[in-house]
Amino acid sequence: MSKILDNLRYADSHEWVKLEGDIATVGITDYAQHALGSIVYVDMPEEGDEVTAGEEFGAVESVKAASDLISPVSGEVVEINTSLEDSPELVNEDAFENWIMKVKVSDPSEIENLLDAEAYAKICEE
Amino acid sequence: MEEKLVKTCLHDRHVKLGALMSPFGGFDMPIQYAGITEEHNAVRQHVGVFDVSHMGEVRVKGEDAYKFVSHIFVNDVTGAPDGQIFYGMMCYENGGTVDDLLVYKVNDEEYFLVINAANIDKDVEWIKSNAAGFNVEITDESPKYGEVAVQGPEAEATVEKVLGIPCADIPFYNFKTLEKDGEEIIISRTGYTGEDGFEIYGSHDFIRKVWDKLMEAGVQPCGLGCRDTLRFEVGLPLYGDELAADITPIEASLSMFVKLDKPEFIGKEALAKQKAEGVTRRIVGVELEGSAVPRHGYPVLVNGEKVGEVTTGYKSISTGKSVAMAMINKPYDKLGTEVEIQIRKKTFPGKVVKKRFYDKNYKK
Repeated sequence: MSKILDNLRYADSHEWVKLEGDIATVGITDYAQHALGSIVYVDMPEEGDEVTAGEEFGAVESVKAASDLISPVSGEVVEINTSLEDSPELVNEDAFENWIMKVKVSDPSEIENLLDAEAYAKICEE
Repeated sequence: MEEKLVKTCLHDRHVKLGALMSPFGGFDMPIQYAGITEEHNAVRQHVGVFDVSHMGEVRVKGEDAYKFVSHIFVNDVTGAPDGQIFYGMMCYENGGTVDDLLVYKVNDEEYFLVINAANIDKDVEWIKSNAAGFNVEITDESPKYGEVAVQGPEAEATVEKVLGIPCADIPFYNFKTLEKDGEEIIISRTGYTGEDGFEIYGSHDFIRKVWDKLMEAGVQPCGLGCRDTLRFEVGLPLYGDELAADITPIEASLSMFVKLDKPEFIGKEALAKQKAEGVTRRIVGVELEGSAVPRHGYPVLVNGEKVGEVTTGYKSISTGKSVAMAMINKPYDKLGTEVEIQIRKKTFPGKVVKKRFYDKNYKK
């Protein structure tokens, strides 16, 4: 059973978001890391890039396949998790601890379009 | 159109083991059980077993068997002792590849051809359509055979001890047929991993027994996922990636298997011309800086211009490097050429290297 944290919001494409003020921290879920298997590379945006909710902002690569990352929020990337550059496997170890990017969101209300933990859990069960 | 997938004789075993299943060549095949990395390492370091029952088997029998095999196969089986195996291709008249295959020489009047699952129907049709005038009988025996590949440095000990099949005396690329459990089975010292190993062909019942014994003994079941990472690391081609109807064996850098000194074979003229004039593109290796992963179809660039395409790419499990096999236009195929591979929106620098990323460990 995959871990799902109560205090986060989720996209049905398996990214999680934690909003603090106007800064959204974004990562992939435990369910996603488990489904991907050993992660060998995380293709991250650069600081200063604009990301748009519902659009691709990077990719996670397992041995076999590349899987697009879809941004759950819109705004400007203010930080990326550089420790994933050398150690992408950290995402497998703890997908919630090892976030991928921080975004200064342009519209904090966008987060209301995302799933809560309960609704996301249902998607993972399907 | 949804095609109904064929199940191998071990299908229920894979499902029970919780394998991730996926369509491959018209079959519902296991991609992984424990995980690609773990299975890959089991084969490099110890031993693993693959269900390869999806492979096709064609028997060519008759007075003209030698002449006919020589006609359709680019390698040269002349003068080989019975029990020897040859790797090579069947080609179209224009030199494009019908399939790559193993040819087992039973004797001058009988050969056993092992072909790719996805190509069985096409190959059988091709073989039969070229048999006019030859006194041979061609039988597609694919449905009859199950097949497992036991691969890794401990393969010989495993086959001998766990399966009780004597195999230490079989040289590399040789086979024997023997009586086991009241039936005739085939065992060859071959594989698709770059490690020592054996491929065993028998009835569905026999192969199920073999599989169950290996599972009981704790041998790692391995899926098609690591079959691909293993063959890739040692530069072995996969039909559909490095070989295709529009890729000749010369372009695939496999000309060592094309024996142009043979009196005749289908495609000889085109291949001889290509060899003499030189190819315009060929398969080489590319090693990337960093760890972005090149995948099939990604463009290879020089100074921003596309000069080729990745045919297979991985972050190599054995070496940790991001490497690819790629079809690259001349003159950018030269070793050491600086190229870039476009991976999604970014480009990553690399250079042309030999397409063997990891040394084979065959027992010869």
